[in-house]
Amino acid sequence: MTGTTAPVLVLLDHTPEGALRSPVREIATLAASLAGGAGVHGVWPADTEPSADVLAELGTLGVTQVHRVVADADLHLSAVLAESLGSLVAATGAGLVLLVSSFENKEAAARLAVATGAGVVTDADGLAVEDGRYVASKTVFAGTWNTRCAVTAPLAVVTVKANSVVVDASATGGAPAVVEHAVTASEGARRVTLVERTERPTSGRPDLGSAHVVVVGGRGTEGDFSPVEELADVLGGAVGATRVATDEGWIGHDAQIGQTGVTVSPRLYIGAGVSGAVHHRGGMQASGTIVAINSDADAPIFEIADFGVVGDLFTVLPQAAAELRRLKSEG
Amino acid sequence: MTPVRRACFGVASRVARPPAFRSSTRRTGAGVAGGNVSAVRIVVCVKHVPDIQSERALGPDGRVVRDGGDGTLNELDENALEAALALVESLGEGSVVALTVGPDDAADAVRKGLQMGADEAVHVVDDAIAGSDAIGTARVLAAAVQHLAAQEPVDLVVTGMAGLDGLTSLLPTALATLLDLPALPLGAELTVDAAARTVRVRRNLDHATEVLEAPLPAVVSVTDQANEPRYPNFKGIIAARKKPIATLTLADLGLDASDVGAAGARTQVVSAAARPAREDRVLVTDDGEAGVKLARYLVEHKLV
Repeated sequence: MTGTTAPVLVLLDHTPEGALRSPVREIATLAASLAGGAGVHGVWPADTEPSADVLAELGTLGVTQVHRVVADADLHLSAVLAESLGSLVAATGAGLVLLVSSFENKEAAARLAVATGAGVVTDADGLAVEDGRYVASKTVFAGTWNTRCAVTAPLAVVTVKANSVVVDASATGGAPAVVEHAVTASEGARRVTLVERTERPTSGRPDLGSAHVVVVGGRGTEGDFSPVEELADVLGGAVGATRVATDEGWIGHDAQIGQTGVTVSPRLYIGAGVSGAVHHRGGMQASGTIVAINSDADAPIFEIADFGVVGDLFTVLPQAAAELRRLKSEG
Repeated sequence: MTPVRRACFGVASRVARPPAFRSSTRRTGAGVAGGNVSAVRIVVCVKHVPDIQSERALGPDGRVVRDGGDGTLNELDENALEAALALVESLGEGSVVALTVGPDDAADAVRKGLQMGADEAVHVVDDAIAGSDAIGTARVLAAAVQHLAAQEPVDLVVTGMAGLDGLTSLLPTALATLLDLPALPLGAELTVDAAARTVRVRRNLDHATEVLEAPLPAVVSVTDQANEPRYPNFKGIIAARKKPIATLTLADLGLDASDVGAAGARTQVVSAAARPAREDRVLVTDDGEAGVKLARYLVEHKLV
């Protein structure tokens, strides 16, 4: 059950409407590259049915079979999800379980690891097989160190950060077959009651945690996020914020980027009026290109910025947005 | 294979729950002579980590360098201590035990807990623990919680949302799983109904907000949104000097050295290197054209 001879299980996170969460495409691609002929088994928590379109897309990503999990308890409870994954590991002989990094999935990963004796790595940005072992790469200490971590147990459970894998949708095996997998939750898993669950309305912008471009407003916005939003929309990006901005109530807490909020690693991060406190850097320092606009030349964010502008965000951002629109219209 | 003696907690039936933890049904039964319905005993798990403002590093063995002398109580664990102390204050009666696992320096973490107002401090220290992964640390903490619960029932275990060194967030759920207790992680709001003996958290996830509820005893983690941690006052600092820090070894907890530390770890860091500094960095001061320069930079670097 090591290396590439065992199937890989992939948790297929989806919206309540049944659309794949975009980072799932990355972990499916990663699974297909590691599973060889052993197969990629998708796990679909069955609050909805996977549509024909979703199944066709999963086929192009290399998913060979989909297990539609029907549980007698709420699959939003991490204990119920973990037990479902555990029973599928047993049923398929999987040697690797891949999940998108999210708070819920890390809870399920912790439970699964304790229950099965698996080795678990969270927030990986890459995964390879070396000498028959899975070796995950990840950054630690607020993105300042790169580490590689080998799983020494027969089963590996790895959560993967968004924007870590280039999606490859060229597999030609066709849409995977769907099999139903019934799960009976243990008494222990049922002790927690999900009293209430409210899905956050989608903003029309990309999802912050997986967006390729993130524009962030901090204290320097003084509560006016309009230039931040304008630039984000020109770039097709998501809008994020610092802890100060969310604490002030300028924007919802779900927009907070940092060690205790959302961790982002987009291709392009733009911080406007963001000082770059260590707590914030911990949530964004692994970004591809970092751009900073701040009126304070001593702001620590300039220490890590690829392109820094000492200036007023209220003039620089609209000017950049206008120039980008002009360049776009010129083609 | 798990070193945790699950028999201590019995199986899932609440009625069969052994005396180590106060059961949810006990209070609704014939009543407990002299028992105070609202008294709770809370164990808060805390961690000593390198100060995030300092230069943090990994050694050649892939372990966190912890000899820099600028270690501190994991900031997020202050929220856990605050939650526990505030809970006891609001219920009027109860006690808080600060518990840590780690080398000698880690005593500083529980001492800070005492200064904030914890009643007891326990430090599990054993050379064999070094090199533990998150699950291994959870195993030691689980055994320590059981050890404490055997002395006097424990109603609630509280942790911070993550350690600011590893940031794996695995510990709270792993700990609950090992203890066979319900887990309610990431509470931005935490409430305990002492009469009903239930605990409830509201939590903000990536795509949703949830309210979870479970009977006590339970394991909860709280976020930095849950509260504003108190600063130890002079009285608290003086009082903490008089409170002992109990130390426990693996042998005291009935744990085998091979189950924890590097020997029991199921993951192993094979390489660690500081990330190279970013190159070709550009810093401009706005001369009235910086927005245009920024747009062109993005286009030239194919970022749009």
